Amino acid sequence: MRLNRKDLLGIAELTAAEIELILETAETFRDINTRQIKKVPTLRGKTVINLFFEASTRTRTSFEIAAKRLSADAINISASTSSVVKGETLVDTALNLQAMAPDAIVIRHSSSGAPGRIAAIARAAVINAGDGTHEHPTQALLDALTIRHRKGRLAGLRVAIIGDILHSRVARSNIHLLTKMGAEVVLAGPRTLLPFDLEKIVDARPGRLCFARSVEEALRGADVVMTLRIQLERQSGGFFPSLREYSTQFGLNRRRLDLAKPEAIVLHPGPINRGVEIDSDIADGGASVILDQVENGVAVRMAILYLLAGGESA
Amino acid sequence: MDFNEKFRLMTAEDMNRVLLRMASQIVENNPDLSNVILVGIRRRGVPLAARLAQKILEMDQVTVTTGALDITLYRDDLSTVGDRPVVNRTELPGNITGKTIILVDDVLYTGRTVRAALDELIDFGRPHRVQLAVLVDRGWRELPIQADYVGKILPTSEREIVKVMLPEFDETEQVIVVEPQ
Repeated sequence: MRLNRKDLLGIAELTAAEIELILETAETFRDINTRQIKKVPTLRGKTVINLFFEASTRTRTSFEIAAKRLSADAINISASTSSVVKGETLVDTALNLQAMAPDAIVIRHSSSGAPGRIAAIARAAVINAGDGTHEHPTQALLDALTIRHRKGRLAGLRVAIIGDILHSRVARSNIHLLTKMGAEVVLAGPRTLLPFDLEKIVDARPGRLCFARSVEEALRGADVVMTLRIQLERQSGGFFPSLREYSTQFGLNRRRLDLAKPEAIVLHPGPINRGVEIDSDIADGGASVILDQVENGVAVRMAILYLLAGGESA
Repeated sequence: MDFNEKFRLMTAEDMNRVLLRMASQIVENNPDLSNVILVGIRRRGVPLAARLAQKILEMDQVTVTTGALDITLYRDDLSTVGDRPVVNRTELPGNITGKTIILVDDVLYTGRTVRAALDELIDFGRPHRVQLAVLVDRGWRELPIQADYVGKILPTSEREIVKVMLPEFDETEQVIVVEPQ
């Protein structure tokens, strides 16, 4: 079994077997993160460039730690300190980086499809670390690893995804991954924040994906609850009246979580807006696996770097 | 690729006898067995380490701790092999600093696997001593590495492949020498 591809641009193009391989590999890398010497020589001499055009602490740090624990050299470039502010185009930036012969380029960009554009011109492995409202594949993979660890499986689980589905690349990647792996996904959120092509997505996966009329309906009987961040930076369109109203109607609180199965777990991709999409006592409570997600993020990114950048130099 | 079986090097009974001898040599060389950890190198070293521990238990009524090492991430040929080798778990019992580690593998060939295993071990702690036990030493070393306990020494040609078959992974238990057709 191998990951027969140069890049990781989205979950949509992965097969269930490829997802399984990544999760199995990540499972082993989890152990390394608990050792005293948290470093293996696997990617010695390889170079990983983290190219972040959008703000990020968790994902960038996670990729940087993952690269360093595999002994690769990690270089971070953020848009605010790069030639982008001098007007360089994305393609020119990519060509210049390619000229420095990196083995992998990790990219986050506010435009959907930007990593794909770079992948087409770069010889290096390109890893999408979130592009616009398209995909965030490593987030979905770390969510899957977290769920699998707690529940022992993905197939047959009922997963409620709640919030701003429209702008969420996390939701999109998770919908692809979970339905491919045999879970049942229920979506809920303000009507204005559900993708207009939802019916098309739902139709494409009969029985695996459905839309709930209310948060309560989505939560009933859920094994896993995934709350999404209200992306304050993407809410200029007046999708809901106020944060307070959002919280009242869609926020995850104790009363709502009680509708899910007693042993249900709660995920959030972070950063959390406490008291908006999730109450503090839930985020910090026993059902929350939010910090497990962060921990698993490093293992998943190590697995991806190993599988994509471990071979002959690009 | 298809293989021609050239000859059978060991039957299950031969293997049993050889492992018994290796176990008694281990006991002889290590008076303090409580400080010894038998660490199998994945995959076939792991059941062999378990068998050596079983033999020592039967002989001396001492339970020797065992562990498993997956050396994939320490291989020196990762950037040249096409497929990413599947990474398995390394499981070592507790702290190895100050312990006597006996690495166990099925076949000693170039010595590169043992080199990788040594590097990995050192990342877990500072063992007092490291020894090496192998069922078959087939020669062709590319590194200055020798085994302390050897089941059988077999001069081979480079084309030949020594296959140690164990019930944990194969249908039968035997050691055969094969050659690609």
